Formats: sequence, C-alpha cells, structure tokens
Amino acid sequence: MSITQNLTTSISSTSSAFLASPTFTPRYSCFTSFLIGIKIASFFCLLIKILIFFSGYCRSQVSLPVKSVSICKCVATPQEAETAYKTKVSRNANMGKLQAGYLFPEVARRRNGHLLTYPDAKIISLGIGDTTEPIPEVITSAMAKRSQALSTIEGYSGYGAEQGEKPLRSAIASTFYGDLGIEEDDIFVSDGAKCDISRLQIVFGSNVKMAVQDPSYPAYVDSSVIMGQTGPFQKPVQKFANIEYMRCNPENGFFPDLSSISRPDIIFFCSPNNPTGAAATREQLTHLVQYAKDNGSIIVYDSAYAMYISGDNPHSIFEIPGAKEVAIETSSFSKYAGFTGVRLGWTVVPKQLLFSDGFPVAKDFNRIVCTCFNGASNISQAGGLAFLSPEGLKAMRDVIGFYKENTSIIVDTFDSLGFKVYGGKSAPYVWVHFPGRNSWDVFSEILEKTHVVTTPGSGFGPGGEGFIRVSAFGHRENVLEACRRFKQLYK
Amino acid sequence: MHKMYNTSVCSSMFSPNALQSIMLVTRQQQYWIMSSCTLKNQRLRIGHRTKVPRNVNMEKLQHGYLFPEIQRHQLMHLEKYPHANVIDLGIGDTTEPLSTIVTSSMVDFVHGLSTEKGYKGYGPEQGEKALRKEIADTIYKDLGIKPSEVFVSDGAQCDISRLQLLMGPNLKIFVPDPSFPAYIDSSVIIGQAGEFVYETGKYKNIEYMTCGPQTNFFPDLHTASRADIIFFCSPNNPTGHAATRKQLEQLVDFAKENGSIIIFDSAYSAYITDDSPKSIFEISGAREVAIEVSSFSKFAGFTGVRLGWTVVPEELSYSNGFPVVHDFNRIMCTCFNGASNIAQAGGLACLSPEGLKAVQSHVDNYMDNARILVDALTSVGLKVYGGKNAPYAWVHFPGSNSWDVFAEILEKTHMITVPGSGFGPGGEEYIRISAFGQRDSIIEASERFQCLV
Repeated sequence: MSITQNLTTSISSTSSAFLASPTFTPRYSCFTSFLIGIKIASFFCLLIKILIFFSGYCRSQVSLPVKSVSICKCVATPQEAETAYKTKVSRNANMGKLQAGYLFPEVARRRNGHLLTYPDAKIISLGIGDTTEPIPEVITSAMAKRSQALSTIEGYSGYGAEQGEKPLRSAIASTFYGDLGIEEDDIFVSDGAKCDISRLQIVFGSNVKMAVQDPSYPAYVDSSVIMGQTGPFQKPVQKFANIEYMRCNPENGFFPDLSSISRPDIIFFCSPNNPTGAAATREQLTHLVQYAKDNGSIIVYDSAYAMYISGDNPHSIFEIPGAKEVAIETSSFSKYAGFTGVRLGWTVVPKQLLFSDGFPVAKDFNRIVCTCFNGASNISQAGGLAFLSPEGLKAMRDVIGFYKENTSIIVDTFDSLGFKVYGGKSAPYVWVHFPGRNSWDVFSEILEKTHVVTTPGSGFGPGGEGFIRVSAFGHRENVLEACRRFKQLYK
Repeated sequence: MHKMYNTSVCSSMFSPNALQSIMLVTRQQQYWIMSSCTLKNQRLRIGHRTKVPRNVNMEKLQHGYLFPEIQRHQLMHLEKYPHANVIDLGIGDTTEPLSTIVTSSMVDFVHGLSTEKGYKGYGPEQGEKALRKEIADTIYKDLGIKPSEVFVSDGAQCDISRLQLLMGPNLKIFVPDPSFPAYIDSSVIIGQAGEFVYETGKYKNIEYMTCGPQTNFFPDLHTASRADIIFFCSPNNPTGHAATRKQLEQLVDFAKENGSIIIFDSAYSAYITDDSPKSIFEISGAREVAIEVSSFSKFAGFTGVRLGWTVVPEELSYSNGFPVVHDFNRIMCTCFNGASNIAQAGGLACLSPEGLKAVQSHVDNYMDNARILVDALTSVGLKVYGGKNAPYAWVHFPGSNSWDVFAEILEKTHMITVPGSGFGPGGEEYIRISAFGQRDSIIEASERFQCLV
C-alpha cells in the first residue's frame, strides 16, 4: 500500500481540509517533514523507518473513529536521492519563497500528533472555519432535481457560461446588490472566493504591490508570493518584502492607519474580518474608498461573512459612494449555505473599474475566467439559485443564527473567564487576547489540556501574535463541551 | 441541448498598441477584430482611472479566447437568420444525458448533505480519497500510479492554468501546432511567451512544432530546440490523431535528453479505438518526465458538472531535485479548494463497472457520429483526418483561409465549426468538426455538407 507524503515547507492548506469535526467521515490528510539537505533527510528517514518497523506505527489511510491519519515516508533513501533523475526545469523561485510551517497544515499536524498521544481523546475542532450544519432541504432538493435532470434529454446541459448561469448572476445582483447599481453582468460566478483570489492575482500579474490587513486570511499573502509580487520572507519581522502589512489591533479599532503605509496598487480588505471578527463601519469604509481613490489603488473586498453582521455595518463595499470605481468584491456561498464542499462563490467587477490606461478590469477578469476556468459546477449553481429564493434565504438566516448563537456562547465563556475578547458579534470567529504570550504556545496549551483545536493568531500574520482565533462552527453540543473545558482550564 | 451563454461582457480585448498594428495584421486576425464585441459604448471607458497598470501579459493576448469567439459568431448569425436551424459542430460540448447510475449517486449524495450524518464540509483539496484511489486503480490500472499522485480538480482547463502558475514565468514551452488554445494562452498570461510576432502569428518564446499529415501529426523532434515544458495532447484536439507507442517513446526520450517536463493531455483517451497508448505512463521512463492531465468532461459528459484530475508522479523533480508534486500540492491547497463534492460523487459512480459501461456507450455513440461525418465529408471529396480515435474530424481545405471557410460553412449551411487557425498557425487551411450532437442533428449535418461542395 502506498504511504502518502507531504511537506510542511511547501504543502499547506489554507482551508479546513485537514481538520474536521468528530462527526465527519474520515478525511484524507498526510504530512511529512521535508528537511533541508539530503543528509538530514536521510537521518530522519532512518529514524522513522526504525520507528515504523518497531512500533507498527506506519499505516497508510487508516480509518480512525475520528480521522484518518497518514504517516510520513521519506522521499528517497540517500543512495536513491543522489542518483535519482532530475529534469532540467528550474523550480519556480516564487514557490521557494513560501515558508515552512504554514498555518493550517501545521495546525492539523499538531492535531494529528495530539491524537496519536491521546488516541481516546474526544477532540473538538474550533480551528478551521468549516461549516457543520446540514444544508436546508430547499437547497438540496433543487440540486437533486438538477442532478436528476442531467439524465434527461430536455434537462441535460453541457458547458455553461464561464461567468455563471444568467438566472444566478441576476439573483446575486438583485439579492446582494439590489439598489447599489451593480448589474447582472458585473457578477462572475465561481467555485469559491479562495479560487477567485488567485484568479484576481493572475489578472493583476507580478508587477503590482499589495497591502493586506495584519492579521489576515493567509490566501491573500500566499497568492501574492506565488504570483511573484513579493520579495523574500524576512524572518526577523515575519513579513514578505514588498507587501504592505496594515496592522489591525484593538488599539486602532481593527482598522488600519492608512496614512502610515506607502501606496499599494491592490488593497485586500476583509469585512467582517477573518480572523479578528471586526466589521468595518461606514465611516471606515468611506475612508478606505477615499484612500483608494486618492492613491489610484484597487480594493479587493472580501465580504464572505457579510451575512453574519449584527448592526448596521455595510454588507458590501458598494454601499460606499464611489466604490465602483475603486473596488472589486469577492464573496462565497461557503459560510452562508454550508457550501464549503459544494463549491460556489462570486466576484463583482464593476464596469467602472479601470486600469491606469483606461482599460476595464472586468474585460481582463472575464478573459481569465474564460481561459483559466470553465465555470462553477452546474449542480452547485442550481443550489445557489435555490438558496437565493425567499425560502432559501430564510433557511440561511436560521443556520447563520445558529452559528451566531455558538459564537455568543464562546464569547460569554471567555468573557466570564476575564479574557479580553474581540469579534464574535458580526462574524463566526472569536479573537481572544493572551497578552504577552506566544500564540502557538497558547494553542498547544489549549490542545494539550482541553483537546480543543483552535488557531494561533500568528498564523494570520505577525499582527496576530498574542491572540487565538476560536471558530464558532460546530454542533451545539461540541461548542458547549468545548466551553466547559475552557472554563475548567482557565478558571 | 440548451446553452446559457451570456456574452454581454465582452471577451475580447485589444491593447492600445494593437490599434496601430491593425494594418499589419493577417486576414485571420481581421476576423477577430471585425467581429469582436466591445462594451456597449466604447473600448476604453471615460471615468476615474486607477493607477494600477494593466498586466502587460494580458495585453499580449491577441484576441478573446477561441470558443467564446465562436459563440459570438453564432449569436451574430442567429441575429441575421433568426429562424435558421443552426447545428453546432463547433465547441466540443457533450450532448448525451448522463446515465442514471451516475446521476442517482449524485442525487443520493445531495440528499445526504441535508442530514447530519451525510453532511460534508470542506473536503481535501486533492480530492476525496476514494475517488483518487479509483482513478489510480481504474484509469491507470497496472501502471503503478498511486492515489497520492492523483489530484482531483474541476477540469483540465483549470489544471493547465494551475500548472502554469506552478511553473512560473521563467520557463519556455513547446506546443504542437495546432493545439488546444489554453496551452498557449495560459503561457502568455503567466508571462512565459514573449512578444507576439504578427508576421508569423506566433509568440516569440514558444516553440511551435507543426503537426500535419506530412509529419504523421507528430512533431519532427530532430529539428526541435529545447523547451522546459512540452505540451502534448493525445488523442489530439483538434487533429484527432492518437500518437503511436513509438511516437510517445520518442517523446519521452526527447524529454529525457533535454531535461524537459511533458504535460500530457489525455482528455480524449476513452475515444481510442485502436491500440494507441491511453496514458503517457504506459511508456517506460515517463514517470520521471511527465505530468498527465485528464478530465471527466468528454469521457463522462461532465462538461457542466466539472471534474478532472492531474497525475504528478513522485519521481518528477526540478533541476534542484525538489519534487514537483509537493509544489503542485501547495498550489492546489492555496489557489483551489477542491472539486465540488457532488461532482466527485458522480465521478466515483462513473468509475464503477456499471458506470464505465454507461459512459463507454456514450463515447461509442459519439464515435459513430464521427464516422457518419467523416464518411459524408470524404464522399464529397474532402481530405479528412482524425475521427478514428477522437470525436473530431480535421478537414483540409488546401489553399484556403480557415476563417473564410468557417464563415462560408456558417452562411451556406447554418453550421458552426471551428476554423483551424484558431488552434495556431499550423491549423490554417483546416476546419475542425466536432462529433458531439444528437444523432438526428449529425445526420442532418452530414446531408448539409453534401450540399456545400
């Protein structure tokens, strides 16, 4: 049987692929450490082989009650590595800039390691932001109907429009951007915001500079590195050269001081924010749009959590006058409809958004969508359309309400323990401050002592140090149990 | 078959420089320019301009992507002849409904998503374990491909761009000419291709190897200069040629001698009717030099459902010894989030014994279509290639301009085809005719061809 392998230096998941709640069917996940230098690798190979031999440790694709665990295998024995054929194709230097110990696989690796140490532990995952509640039937019955129809002559459809099916584009425009002047043909349906982020980077190319909030969702920085927009990683500051990191912390109300950065071409801005949970105010977004206008920058606004907003914070950047000339908005059905596995999202590129030579950004984005993509799955799109029906939207509000209740429970728990807690009002994430502490240490402590997986703040950027992100996706009983355990630990 | 194309957002773009070059463009390019739509009012809008420079690589693209361009011609034709019974033998879009074996498994999976037990969130970006294993065991039976080397995706076109993103801008590609446009276009977009040369219709930094009847539809590797990445599609889109074992052995040797990586597109391998290899991994030594990309689109009718896969063998390494598979995995995890779990459930059903029988019957049906078309075209004296191991007929119109022929066929017979030059300069004088379609349309088409000449 093959033994799977993976590298923490270069392989990573920015998603929940490797983390799952205990009720999920076993998932495939595998890691291995790829150490620098064949000699070091061969030493560990030998060590691992010995462990494998004596402990019967190594099995591939084992199904455990909670998760499948795959064990590492070295790439090659020393002799094989030295004589193994190599092509003459140079490795992409941009890939080489990506750092070891990337966030989510590292979290998953530690989780899996923990499970090996405590095989009977009931691990609760409040790490990855993966939805857990079943999809409302109004949506799944529409997808079932579409699937069924594909077996009929009248109902079969092949290639769809790469930009998405017209009724869905129209429904997205009217539901989310009703009075905001965003039209159906400004909407591009996709297989998710993460994929769109990379497609946007391909549109922009390597000769632009971006700014990100710090902390922020890792895909913005990583896709920028892969595209070749950044310089090398600077270990002392834990930042990539040529990215503007805009610190967002309690002191500045989680909104960056834009006067302190040098002009970027592209500004990634996520609100409500992952990981801090902060939702920007109308004033703040007006300031952001004005900054972009004054500096000729383009905002890529990630509104994937907008439906979690409590209060009157803007749901869309296009609520701000002038935004159509400076912003793109990307969003997703993942956290609204539980479509994390079904895969559906969208990006809005207004016609008014122009490059410096006057060329419409939407035309280039359309070209990328037609050339580098081939449309979201038609079944997923049928589900999206059903989601946007009155019945679907009501069902969504119920599910989001459920996750928001989870969030309140977690916020109350940490509040009651005397922690400074942020977020949790307009996003399914709670951002807990552990002043003066290393976030990986806190992560480990929580995991070790409560068997609860969280996410260390520094994984989202240096601005996340001293914080832990607790996600509120989970079955109620797991969230309650996790909170009981937190109270036990920190009482 | 109903399509829901929306072309209100234009797929063409021209750089300001191209406006000056219009006088120098070839006739073929005039077709692109004349027929390309613009946004309602003008190409360059008036209004606030950001200071973000347009990506110079996007500027190098000469026109819109081929297939949306064909669709636009179709729409224009329909505007002119609203009652025409247009037969589409253009884009290679499947038309046969899926077997209920496949759709019922998707239906069951979907219903499961509404239950606590059956609900699934994020799946592994590399694909569901069971599907990866099934692809390795069924498609690559006895070829030693491991499930861990199989990466499930939302389709080959998407994987090609992800591979380009992986490879980066500092490499040179080799393409057979003619070829599936995504290879060249993605190369331009990522920054590998250099400037477009109007006189030759080629990009400066791409090695184009003509594949025509005179070369047995295989590049003359003795005259080829080294490229880092060799794209190779077999059975070929658009020529329909399936490379022989000997040809693929030559290709693998050539890659090995030059330290190149082959990206082998086997999307049509299910259409092979003779003993031509179905996978590059049938060739000894290929594991060290090749990646294989494939798809459920043409094999299983999943053009709208979206499912494909890429195989990256463990042995394949960069010049510094670093395994390509690790970087590809990183791309899949960072720039992608897995194929739809519903599509994957369907894919798994396709690979069951009953599922394979069902998909094969559709493939056979399309190949019967191909035979009908080839016979009709041959009977009117045209030289026809392909159509034996692929659902495409590659028809020669010596001395012609392929866009002219495309236009003439459309005007006179109300049939959509694809002009060969859309696949590269080596496609000039040829028309690609696809064999996807309902049988009665295919028979009608074959009759219309007989009227044409």
